[in-house]
Amino acid sequence: MPERIDYWGIPYTWGSPNIFVYSIMGLAVLIMLARFYLYARIWWQVGRPEMRWDKLHIRTWRLIKYVIFQVKVLWERYPGIMHIGLAWGFFIFFMGTALATIDSHFIKFLSGNTYLLYKFVLDLFTVFFIVGAAMAAYRRYIQRPSRLTLSSGFTYSLVMIVVVVTGGLATESLRLAVERPAWGWWSPAGWLLAQLWMAIGGSAPALTSWHLIVWALHLFTVAVLIATVPSSTLIHLLTAPLNTFFSNIDRPVGELAPIAETDTGESIFVDSLDDLTWTQLLNGDACTECGRCQDACPAHAAGTPLNPKELILNIRGALHKDGPSILAGNGNTPLLVGERIKDDVLWSCTTCAACVRECPVLIEHVDTIVDMRRHLVIEGRIDDMLQEALSNLGRYGNSFGQSERARAKWTRNIEPKIKDARKESVDYLWFVGDYASYSASMVDITEMTANVFNKAGLDFGIMYEAEQNAGNDARRVGEEGLFEMLVEKNMKAFSKSKFNAIVTTDPHSYNTLKHEYNSSNGHYPVFHYSELLDKLITTGKLTFKKKLGYKVTYHDPCYLGRYNGVYDAPRRLISATGCEVIEMPRHRDRAFCCGAGGGRIWMDEGEVEVRPSEDRIREAAALEGVTIFVVACPKDVTMYRDAVKTTGMEEKIVVKDLIELVEEAI
Amino acid sequence: MNQDIYAVVESLQGQVADISYIMLAAARSLAHSSGGDVVAVLLGNGSQGLANTLAADRVIYYDNPALAYFNSDAYLKVLASLIRQNEPRAVLFGNTSIGADLASCLSARLDFPLANSCHHISAEGMLISQVCGGKIMTESVLSDKTTLITIIPGGYKPELGRSDAAPNVTQVDAPALEDLRIKLKQYIEPEAGDVDISKESILISVGRGISNQDNVEIAEELAEAFGGVVCASRPVVDQGWLPTSRMVGKSGQKVKPKLYLALGISGAPEHVEGMADSETIIAINSDPTAPIFDIAQYGVEIDLFDLIDTLIEKVAEAKGG
Amino acid sequence: MNIAAIFKMVPDLVEELEISSSGKALDMTWIRLIINELDDHALEQAILLKERSGAQVTIIAPDADGTDDVLYTAAAKGADRLVKLTGDFEEGVNNHALSRALAPVLEELHPHLVLTGVQAHNDLDGSVGPLLAEYLGMPYVGYVSGVEIDNDNCIVRKEYPGGLIAEMEVNLPAVLGIQSAEEPPRYVAVSKVRQAMKTASIEERDATELDPSGGLDVNRMFQPEVGERATMIDGDEDEIATRLLEIFREIGVL
Repeated sequence: MPERIDYWGIPYTWGSPNIFVYSIMGLAVLIMLARFYLYARIWWQVGRPEMRWDKLHIRTWRLIKYVIFQVKVLWERYPGIMHIGLAWGFFIFFMGTALATIDSHFIKFLSGNTYLLYKFVLDLFTVFFIVGAAMAAYRRYIQRPSRLTLSSGFTYSLVMIVVVVTGGLATESLRLAVERPAWGWWSPAGWLLAQLWMAIGGSAPALTSWHLIVWALHLFTVAVLIATVPSSTLIHLLTAPLNTFFSNIDRPVGELAPIAETDTGESIFVDSLDDLTWTQLLNGDACTECGRCQDACPAHAAGTPLNPKELILNIRGALHKDGPSILAGNGNTPLLVGERIKDDVLWSCTTCAACVRECPVLIEHVDTIVDMRRHLVIEGRIDDMLQEALSNLGRYGNSFGQSERARAKWTRNIEPKIKDARKESVDYLWFVGDYASYSASMVDITEMTANVFNKAGLDFGIMYEAEQNAGNDARRVGEEGLFEMLVEKNMKAFSKSKFNAIVTTDPHSYNTLKHEYNSSNGHYPVFHYSELLDKLITTGKLTFKKKLGYKVTYHDPCYLGRYNGVYDAPRRLISATGCEVIEMPRHRDRAFCCGAGGGRIWMDEGEVEVRPSEDRIREAAALEGVTIFVVACPKDVTMYRDAVKTTGMEEKIVVKDLIELVEEAI
Repeated sequence: MNQDIYAVVESLQGQVADISYIMLAAARSLAHSSGGDVVAVLLGNGSQGLANTLAADRVIYYDNPALAYFNSDAYLKVLASLIRQNEPRAVLFGNTSIGADLASCLSARLDFPLANSCHHISAEGMLISQVCGGKIMTESVLSDKTTLITIIPGGYKPELGRSDAAPNVTQVDAPALEDLRIKLKQYIEPEAGDVDISKESILISVGRGISNQDNVEIAEELAEAFGGVVCASRPVVDQGWLPTSRMVGKSGQKVKPKLYLALGISGAPEHVEGMADSETIIAINSDPTAPIFDIAQYGVEIDLFDLIDTLIEKVAEAKGG
Repeated sequence: MNIAAIFKMVPDLVEELEISSSGKALDMTWIRLIINELDDHALEQAILLKERSGAQVTIIAPDADGTDDVLYTAAAKGADRLVKLTGDFEEGVNNHALSRALAPVLEELHPHLVLTGVQAHNDLDGSVGPLLAEYLGMPYVGYVSGVEIDNDNCIVRKEYPGGLIAEMEVNLPAVLGIQSAEEPPRYVAVSKVRQAMKTASIEERDATELDPSGGLDVNRMFQPEVGERATMIDGDEDEIATRLLEIFREIGVL
């Protein structure tokens, strides 16, 4: 009967091999742990404490999902398969070794069919592993995509793991070549290699000696590999699971944390490493430099100074360069914000969260960027345009610098007069938002929205001049105090109004009303107009007379899609108008930001090579037969209509708000 | 009190400023109702020749080395004693960095009332002033004391206050001008810009309404299509988006182009004073209440950015064809 | 070095201005007050001087809607003392009365330098700076866009039309009318202002009597007549552009 033999072919001349194996391995593991501790302790020594030990079941589930099953890694095919081959190869070898240890010392169970299955699985994953390694080598040395950091550290790790795995395979094959068991094909890779040794005609004693040498080498390389994990790229075997386990589970991505405070109640503005939390520092070390964030980032694509990967790596670099100096109390340590990370890098972010969505190890780029922006704002390090916008928001409650009284000017031609939710109770409170209220190019669309609501028999009202900018982008700019002020003012207006739910056309307002007002808004349900209209259609309250028959594409607004997962309602709505949605290559959660978010719309554009909005229009224009670019965000109307003009695509494509299709089809 | 109307002439580096002629024109209008003379008050050092172009009945000229350049300390001493002594019906100043410094001080020093920012004298002899960035006008009557008035440009053409008939000049000795608390150290000439906007015939002017620097470039594009140049109002220059040499208005250049295309300019008096004499003013602004529409011949109420690309295209086309 | 900066609140021109039923003043019902823009520059200049060469900066302003907020904002920018002049300002107060009321407050402060905006858009009876200078017996220079303190003097840059600048030496104490600060007024985060509201205190000085003599009585206030307005061009972008081109041809620039 086939069974596992402890230390086949290993002489007991110097006592049980157990002694060598366990002491060498034990030593390697100790070295690894000690080095890792020395490396990692700076996280909590420098970083601020933050409670991330709660809700263990959720954290464990995240480990299973993102570390074991690597669902995010698998979002991209080539690197996904490559990595799963390598990673799962390692998991299986690790488990195989663990099972062998159990079999050896505790319960003897690796015999018979179990053993054959065991051998088969291990061998199979050896093959997967080798495929993965070959793919990695091809990617890193032939393809060389720009998003990867092509440093020698990766080569070391790749060579080491290949040596370890092929060492194991060679050991097995030599044993098989000597033993020549009838069940050899259960170890297909090993048996195949064994055929080579047999073909060479090595004698059993010679092969056994070779086996001993290769075994010893294997043992040695495994020990070296383990001991060098903390200084190699394989450190992500430790940091990635830690980062995943300790990732934020308390807030949805659309809810930023308020500014942290010291014990004495003073606000902590991040300008130095020690203002970050230990998990934010861990983020830096957890980065595997895969570059997916970089590929997804609109700011990077536009050629701005921001590269989300570099930003995170800068935190890592600063931590290990400046962290010890901070601990030593050296006042001359370069500042994180301004010196290690330049202001313009932080200002380039659109907070579209594409990086956060992409990151396989759950790094929270946007939160950290906003934290650092808060410092810039408190220091007054903001550009003139942004200053103007923020001053306007503070003074007038809108970024346009217009009077509050002009907020509802767009309602002038609407009959019947829109209800004032402060005076009579309504079912839906329409939170109109700045762009829809004030932007000259939006007024027609806003009127149209009101008309559609009327036609659908919706009982709705607005708050007229009492509405203020919801503060989503003010918050993301880093102006937390202004955000709080706007929330207070809107909350006051809400409390004077009677309504059951809020509806808005603006995804930015939607996001903050839904997530960031919730602690204090009495939990009004918040709907995006696409959701509401979709609901009205399914309940039969809104019916369309016409089938429009256009071929359209739909742009997912970041704050509706990626932030809030509203992908289907707008698409259903478009289909209901009789249009066919042709998807752009980047759609749903991979949709490409227009470039206006996070307060970017208020800032000086700076040095931009390609405007994200123009990039996006070209993407849409390349779709065959598509003539309409449908948007569901007032800022998008402005951004993309401009982009259509500047790219000279007027003949090819027109930008329409969702409501324009709805109006046409009614 | 006598019924004469005094106008305190302003000159800078040996040139009579246009505002002086405007003041003389306004003074003439006031003198009609008061029945007195128009008296130009000129201060300087060896500057008697400046009196020659003044359309005044008389000129009182003070000559003193301390009056060679504008120094409010010295000028105030001279003017205070003159006005106190003669008590004319009214004294006109420019609402400029010379006249405005003087008028308020004199009002306090002499306890004579002051009317600020007078745009013109109405047919009824009322002072019509412009306030609130040109959005509001006020009407007031001369007080029964000597009234000090600062004049803003726009109400009278400078030509009305200019004359080739050399007026009668009385040279008066200045009172002692010692222990002055203000001294001129030096003049700093404006940096010579690449272009002299005061000589251009087509100006594309940008104001606060263009909201960011990138849009200056769009204006440049339009100017290029036209063969004109871009100029700006103060806020744009203060932001550093264009050099000072391109600033139109009170402390910038005075321009008289054939076409003044005002983009996003609200039309505050300080700006208007530098461009009101343009032959044709066309204003594009999204705010229908912007005072610029009151002085422009043509106006468009539109978001600039909705129009400008089409405009550039058409102008370029027309030029090309 | 003691620097005082003075500001007043003026109607915000963003709002549509209306004339009150008396026909002699603005209708204050809907008016929003904001800091006079040039006074904001004066405040900024005071803070810049403090940052550059060290000074005690006192901000002084008459009571009005929003005065407190601006005072606290100034504290957040770095002002040391905040003084509010209280009194019967409900009906508005002219600059002569305001300057007379400010004078004793300033005398008590012994400032070396008093900064204020060179003008405000609602100055009907002259500007605060020069009036105050006279009441205090100090020299005055207006239209200043740069200040350097040099022992008992300050060197100022006074602006003239055409971009000419005169560098003048002024004996201290002096009053300066600021046309523009050396840097545009800075932004202060709302939380900083809120913090200042907790930590800074506003001292109040009562303006016992207000003497407005020196200003003219307004007979009538009105909005410029509509007849004087430009010929407005309507239509869509294309129509407007086409019409503009016709005009360009008419006037001979195309």
